[in-house]
Amino acid sequence: MSAYAKGETHRTLDDLLGTRWRRPPLVQRAWLRWVLLVGLVVYLVAAISTVEVNWSRVYEGLDRGGAFVMAFAQPDFVSRADAIWNGMVESIVMTVASSVVGILISIPIALGAARNIAPLPVYLVCRGIIAVSRALQEIIVAILLVAIFGFGPLAGFLTLSFATIGFLSKLLAEDIESMDRSQAEAVRATGARWSQCIEYGVKPQVIPRLIGLSIYRVDINFRESAILGLVGAGGIGATLNTAFDRYEYDTAAAILLIIIVIVMALEYLSGLIRARVQ
Amino acid sequence: MLRLDALTKTYKTGDQALKAVTLDVPAGQVLALIGPSGAGKSTLIRCINRLVQPTSGQVTLGDVDVTRLGSGALRRERRRMGMIFQEYALVERLTVMENVLSGRLGYVGFWRALTRRFPQKDVDEAFRLLDRVGLVHMADKRADQLSGGQRQRVGICRALIQDPALLLVDEPTASLDPKTSRQIMRLICELCAERGLAAIINIHDVALAQMFVARVIGLRFGEIVYDGAPDGLTPGTLNEIYGEEDWEATIEKVDEDEAIEAAE
Amino acid sequence: MIENANGPIWRLRNRRETLTRWFVWLLGIAIFLWCWQQISDATTWFFVWDAPNIASDILGRATPPRWSYMDNLWVPIWDTLNIATLGTIGALILAVPIAFLAARNTTPSTLFIRPVALLIIVATRSINSLIWALLLIAIIGPGVFAGIVAIAIRSIGFCAKLLYEAIEEIDQSQVEAVTATGASRWQIMVYGIVPQIMPAFAGIAVFRWDINIRESTVLGLVGAGGIGLQLQASLNTLAWPQVSLILLVILAAVVISEWVSAKVRGAII
Repeated sequence: MSAYAKGETHRTLDDLLGTRWRRPPLVQRAWLRWVLLVGLVVYLVAAISTVEVNWSRVYEGLDRGGAFVMAFAQPDFVSRADAIWNGMVESIVMTVASSVVGILISIPIALGAARNIAPLPVYLVCRGIIAVSRALQEIIVAILLVAIFGFGPLAGFLTLSFATIGFLSKLLAEDIESMDRSQAEAVRATGARWSQCIEYGVKPQVIPRLIGLSIYRVDINFRESAILGLVGAGGIGATLNTAFDRYEYDTAAAILLIIIVIVMALEYLSGLIRARVQ
Repeated sequence: MLRLDALTKTYKTGDQALKAVTLDVPAGQVLALIGPSGAGKSTLIRCINRLVQPTSGQVTLGDVDVTRLGSGALRRERRRMGMIFQEYALVERLTVMENVLSGRLGYVGFWRALTRRFPQKDVDEAFRLLDRVGLVHMADKRADQLSGGQRQRVGICRALIQDPALLLVDEPTASLDPKTSRQIMRLICELCAERGLAAIINIHDVALAQMFVARVIGLRFGEIVYDGAPDGLTPGTLNEIYGEEDWEATIEKVDEDEAIEAAE
Repeated sequence: MIENANGPIWRLRNRRETLTRWFVWLLGIAIFLWCWQQISDATTWFFVWDAPNIASDILGRATPPRWSYMDNLWVPIWDTLNIATLGTIGALILAVPIAFLAARNTTPSTLFIRPVALLIIVATRSINSLIWALLLIAIIGPGVFAGIVAIAIRSIGFCAKLLYEAIEEIDQSQVEAVTATGASRWQIMVYGIVPQIMPAFAGIAVFRWDINIRESTVLGLVGAGGIGLQLQASLNTLAWPQVSLILLVILAAVVISEWVSAKVRGAII
């Protein structure tokens, strides 16, 4: 060891002494490094230069921004109390209904989308549904559904149910695929039918996770329900939009505060429930 | 050169890790600190450079009372105390060279550290140290690509580049195989001799301690129960340090638990 | 004997539990039915029964997409990309200090500063980017800039939350080792903490960029620039062939960004 150290590296040590040391670059190939760096700078310059900012408008807006921040100190829950109350109830109603329906539908689809228990044709169909649901944002689905079903919470309800299916089925299917095989096999070895395999082999392992994910999704559904009203699909969003249009910042602040409080409460609740289930 | 005076540490949980430990370490002396787990070995050396804040007592390095220093002065004193860790504690995503140079952080400003522009004499010293431990060809490797023994060598370089007067060594061989353990212990002791450093080495391997050091301290329940030459360690003194009977009793209890579990 | 003594207690407890469980189910179903009633009341069912006709009508009008409209979309696509990218960069710049203030092991004060940082994280996270866009348009006027700021604000909470969790999970012994060399607070940060969270940081950045591409495609609906503006305009004029083309473009953007982010994350980890 020491012979090697003295014979082989002493020469390099003499070479190294007096030379500067540089941290080896993240990208080893020099040309690639420069291409990336120059590309990044060019992109940033191009991007920033195409952003048109009307600074005088922004400057004027600062007052309104200040007014809005001040509005948070004195939110107005009263003058539009009816609209806020109705919008909130509608948001919550949509959240609850769509979560229930979405969860119920997502369970069979999750089973179908798990490669280890579903036959290939079923698997492909279910994965297709999931892919479509995840690729389309809620707000776009809502626009289409409003066009088809007319204004109102039904469109919002259907939107959120559809989104819930994509979200929940995918995560649940991944859980089923990665679960402990030996337990399911042990049940199957007793000669159980497919439904019994699901009941005794799959269900006990997946239920806690299902509950956790469902609660998380309820949380998301509520947040999303707050914006669906912007396109006419029901909920508090319409009230909020009106408040902004009329520059009623104190009412807007009140609505935002309510949303924040409910989201915090839901997060706290979901933490409690998940801790109890797991 | 280093003096501990009635050094006491009581944790918030109420555990008394150190009970008025008094110890004198002359310049250039390498001593081993032995004792069972939880005897306070780690706490003792961490109280010296105040990674753990002692509850009461004094640590004097040279003429400086380390326990009363403000944060700036404490940083200056920490430069004089190199530390070597059990699990190497290299910053794994940095290169070997950066890890070694991080020993100079107490001497350079923030911007030099951020841009990695250390003074040339620091870089040269880092190369010399890496060469001394046989790792100069690894300088640009990332620390997590090294083996355990190699990492500990880098850890030693990091401590030595601080130009310390004292090395604090916490279980340097706990994660290493027996052969590498010996190599590392030999290296540490050789380097201390070369540079005239004092060192406090926490170690649980008594045989290894006896092989390399001139003085052994036995610690039990936060108190010094042995202080003397390595030859003076008899089975009786070892019993006193490690409390062999208690130890055996614990083992028996564990066995009983397992037997109960097995029966159920 | 023991079994006999335990038997009744066990059954009693179980019966009570069964009752509670039934009651909870019943309550749940009642709530759901009430919710459904509310939705049903607010719905004009005549339209719903007519929905299949309307849907097929729209589908008929929307196909084939008007490919020539693509010429008008390149600039909005560029804007959308910029909103997402610049917004993500802005969010990261703001999220890093907030994450350090919120992480238990780096915050200067657990009592005062940490709750403030956590509040910022929760507040920015629970409000959708569309709402932020609405607000910013009211304040600084419509356009790409409002979109960038909306995306940035919305992403602060998300990025800071994941980042501070990563900071709290770092290996403390590496920090201890750097501290022991006599390094200053900032040097400890640069040498002990930052290298450990870099992979998490890169992962979070790419992940959030992917989400932001999605979100920035619809910001235009409220006037905050990007391809959503064209979508809104086409919807208002009932130009369904343009709508279908725009939806295809958005779909492609989402798929591509997801692919890019998966590739980059794979390369990092």
